[in-house]
Amino acid sequence: MGQKSGKIVAVTGNEAVAEALRQVNPDVSAAYPITPATEIMQRFTAFVSNGKAKTEMILVESEHSAMSACIGASAAGGRVATSTSAQGLALMWEELFIASGTRLPIILALVNRAMSAPLNIHGDHSDGMGARDCGWIQLWSENAQEAYDNMIQSFRIAEHMDLRLPAMVCMDGFIISHSIERMEYLDDEAVKSFVGEFKTVNPLLDIEHPVSYGPLILTDYYMEYRRAHAEVMSKVKNVVLDVAKDFEKISGRQYGLFETYRLDDAEIGIVILNSAAGTTKDAVDAFREKGIKVGLLKPRLFRPFPYEEVGEALKHLKAICVLDRADAFGGSYGPLFMDIAATLFPYKEKPLMMNKIYGLGGRDYLPEHAENAIAELAEVAKTGQIKTFKEYIGVRE
Amino acid sequence: MKLKGWKELKPGAVVTEPGSALKFKTGSWRAFKPKWIEENCIQCMFCWAYCPDMAITVKDGKRGDFDYDYCKGCGICALECPGKKGNKAIVMEEEGR
Repeated sequence: MGQKSGKIVAVTGNEAVAEALRQVNPDVSAAYPITPATEIMQRFTAFVSNGKAKTEMILVESEHSAMSACIGASAAGGRVATSTSAQGLALMWEELFIASGTRLPIILALVNRAMSAPLNIHGDHSDGMGARDCGWIQLWSENAQEAYDNMIQSFRIAEHMDLRLPAMVCMDGFIISHSIERMEYLDDEAVKSFVGEFKTVNPLLDIEHPVSYGPLILTDYYMEYRRAHAEVMSKVKNVVLDVAKDFEKISGRQYGLFETYRLDDAEIGIVILNSAAGTTKDAVDAFREKGIKVGLLKPRLFRPFPYEEVGEALKHLKAICVLDRADAFGGSYGPLFMDIAATLFPYKEKPLMMNKIYGLGGRDYLPEHAENAIAELAEVAKTGQIKTFKEYIGVRE
Repeated sequence: MKLKGWKELKPGAVVTEPGSALKFKTGSWRAFKPKWIEENCIQCMFCWAYCPDMAITVKDGKRGDFDYDYCKGCGICALECPGKKGNKAIVMEEEGR
């Protein structure tokens, strides 16, 4: 374990992310408020107004403009961060591709919220899942501590000279963003030296070396740029692991590409993202006490998805239940399920798999939901038969 | 020109060589070609002012022939040309004739 330097606090997820931003002290931030992410920038702009961060805030008229201003500031040579949720991320859609295709290491705190319509402000993953293929790095967080830790690490990952990719740090709306938890802040100096000075690459403001951003790339070169992007995405996981090692030295907290919980000797397993993983771990413990060998895998680096490593961690199981807090309409299964299925595709012998859609629009994920899934898994492992491959749970018929 | 492979590209398609647009010969886009008829030219420079590219060559205050490496054949110069006594100094001809 590394040397700890922080202090224990009781804060909301949003407060923790705002604190991480204050400690990193980016050069520029452009943001537009949207529930439940609003509080991050509300708190951060207060830090800026009170001189506790030197960031230049650009208060814009929409998320489309927010991400556009972030792109301009990043291309100019600044360290840049912003925050949003749901429709706000959707309004950033075209700029998300421009940020990644232009290889600008912009950091975005995404407070996961259900996509409208029908209009809803609560936590689910349909916003982040909708943006999963836009060439950004995605780190998902179970609680306020992980959101804070991921936020700090994301700057080092995104700005790594081998990558230069934008990154979004995801946490569940309201469940984490607005709930107060005990967690640990690092010292300002520890964070400052961990993220280091921002290094520029081809900054627009270097007038001695003029550059052009955003040229037209047609049939002769577009495919080569996409191939290069696929290549840089393949380098992300090693950087994530290296940065996690350094982060452990200042925090004492360990991070990997994903978290496993009682999985090594398990026969059945649950795969689940973010806050619901915490609830599920309690159910895993309860079933372990009854002698049922169940474990859990919680992805952290969701994009690029570490297919080989996740497949390796799951392949020994008899049966897996993937719980998705979003549906991929018309795609047969939820988005997480499809990735997990893809990790096991290369193996001849693979676990039986089922998919459950839960918690949409902030619907509570209760311990009994996890317990039912585990009980069903145990039955599937015993009989080798799956009754329902995919179903919605916690929904009224 | 030999096209580069994906490993040779600058990240993010950033152009780091100033003025490199000169190397992009857009004249190949042309379907109609402007023809300069010198005896009808009054050297008003309308064509030079209206050209959306820089395809009118000018030396010592006088226009010369077109720079066909960059003329896309838009025809604006031919439209704006006042000519001499009703005779245009620029006319458009179909490429390849």
